[in-house]
Amino acid sequence: MRAEPDRQPWLLLAPVLSLLILLLVVPIAIMVVVTFYTFVTAGVEKPVLTLANWREFLSDPYYHGFLWKTVRVATITALVCAVMGYPAAYSIAMTRFRHKWLLLLLLIVPFWISFTIRTFSWIHILGEQGAINVALIELGLVDQPIRMLYTEGAVIMGMVHFLLPYMVLNIYVSLEGIDRNLISAARTLGCTSWQAFKEVSLPLSLPGLLAGLLLCFVLAAGSYVTPQILGSSRDALFGNLVFDTIMDELNWPLGSTLSIVLLVLLGLISVVYSRYMGLSQIFKGLSR
Amino acid sequence: MSLDETGWGWRGIQLATILVYIFMFAPILVVVVLSFNASQFGGFPMTGLSLRWYEKLIGNEAVLRAFQTSMWIALVTSGACTALGVMGALALVRYEFPGKTLVNTLIIAPVLVPETVLGVGLLLLIRFAQQPRSLLVLVLGHILLAVPYVVLVVQARLIGIKRVYEEAALSLGANRLQTFREVTLPLLMPAIVASLLLVFTISFDNITASMFWRPPGVETMPTQILSMLKISISPEINALGTLMIIVTVGLPLLGGGLARLLGRGAR
Repeated sequence: MRAEPDRQPWLLLAPVLSLLILLLVVPIAIMVVVTFYTFVTAGVEKPVLTLANWREFLSDPYYHGFLWKTVRVATITALVCAVMGYPAAYSIAMTRFRHKWLLLLLLIVPFWISFTIRTFSWIHILGEQGAINVALIELGLVDQPIRMLYTEGAVIMGMVHFLLPYMVLNIYVSLEGIDRNLISAARTLGCTSWQAFKEVSLPLSLPGLLAGLLLCFVLAAGSYVTPQILGSSRDALFGNLVFDTIMDELNWPLGSTLSIVLLVLLGLISVVYSRYMGLSQIFKGLSR
Repeated sequence: MSLDETGWGWRGIQLATILVYIFMFAPILVVVVLSFNASQFGGFPMTGLSLRWYEKLIGNEAVLRAFQTSMWIALVTSGACTALGVMGALALVRYEFPGKTLVNTLIIAPVLVPETVLGVGLLLLIRFAQQPRSLLVLVLGHILLAVPYVVLVVQARLIGIKRVYEEAALSLGANRLQTFREVTLPLLMPAIVASLLLVFTISFDNITASMFWRPPGVETMPTQILSMLKISISPEINALGTLMIIVTVGLPLLGGGLARLLGRGAR
């Protein structure tokens, strides 16, 4: 059992590294190559190198529309998460409530509830037979149910619902790390509590807020199941496009091209962020 | 505006927080409540209390099959993934070696790559290897998705375990394997239990990538729910959702208690 000391870490790492190389690195390499393959017909492609797939993606406004809509929806989702999440994270971090652990536990519980169930639960809120419409009709405020389900708003609502705990946890972690003496110092030096927040707490919690925004944006932009459940066919996102191209049209070269686009777009955003603040922030939030 | 504990600003923030919690849990509560609805439609209004949808669910072959499939996949994934992750975390925390940063990045990578891309990638691989989509592919894929979380959780705990304990065992004549089994492993137990549960829920709950990877004709629990949703919003789905919430929330709470107990015993 006693191997050379410098070989030991590699023996321990061998299984996980071979898994990652085989299932992550190699597939992405294949994907890059396949983007240059020639599409013949559904499920068939030839290893004849061509730029046709890239030309199709770059020249067809259909794809640009999807890309733009995905960026827009993901941005709105991330911003709504921030606006809703910041006050919650702030009050959890600053509260003198004795059972703070309970508030934190309640933030983690949604992670244990199936994503599919959390998403479809919104059908019962927004649908024609949903809580809001039934209540409005009962109260006589409207005669016809309002169309809220199967819209872009419903998709954003569903994604906010799923991503909000990530946002709150990220902001909470950075607020919790602030030295309380700094806030007291600001107050003794004459700041109002609002000024102390603006000058001390807010800037110091910015890394958590930015990490939360990044995480929410990336997860929202990559999703395709939420639009399937809560959106109409017009609310499909870039992920839906990838899924349909691969699973229905069986167009592997184009599907690979679109996947690489998604990977590069979201990868670039992560890289830019990590240059400035280090990804460790995100994982601090994630690993709670 | 005042953010002091008594000020209006603070009251506003507290109110906003309560609203956020309501936003997070109200829809889920609605599913649970509606699962007891006697009406034959999935939505409001409630027409009476009934357990008929649970009865109907127990007789639903497709759901039972999907449940079994998901259970097996989640069990195998959680065992295998935890073992891989613990080994990886040991190497990363207890050893210095060239290329460590790169290895670290690679292990975290599955979290950063969009799941859709991971889904396409693995499909491309088995297409090039001319292998069919099998349950093994699904399990391997789930291990890939969950392994970064195991490494993160175990790493965090391992950093907290002082090396002197292991050094003591080594100097008293234990070999590395014995040291691991007698000293490190018991101290790691809480992180291992946490990882097993975490991987179980990640695998059991996964839908985005599983839609790509599942073998033809095989449904996991989430994909089964999705295909039921596409037909109609039947009250049966609410009953199914409620049962799943009980399993997936009850299990970690139980496990958390267990881990705390084990942690106390190890100290």
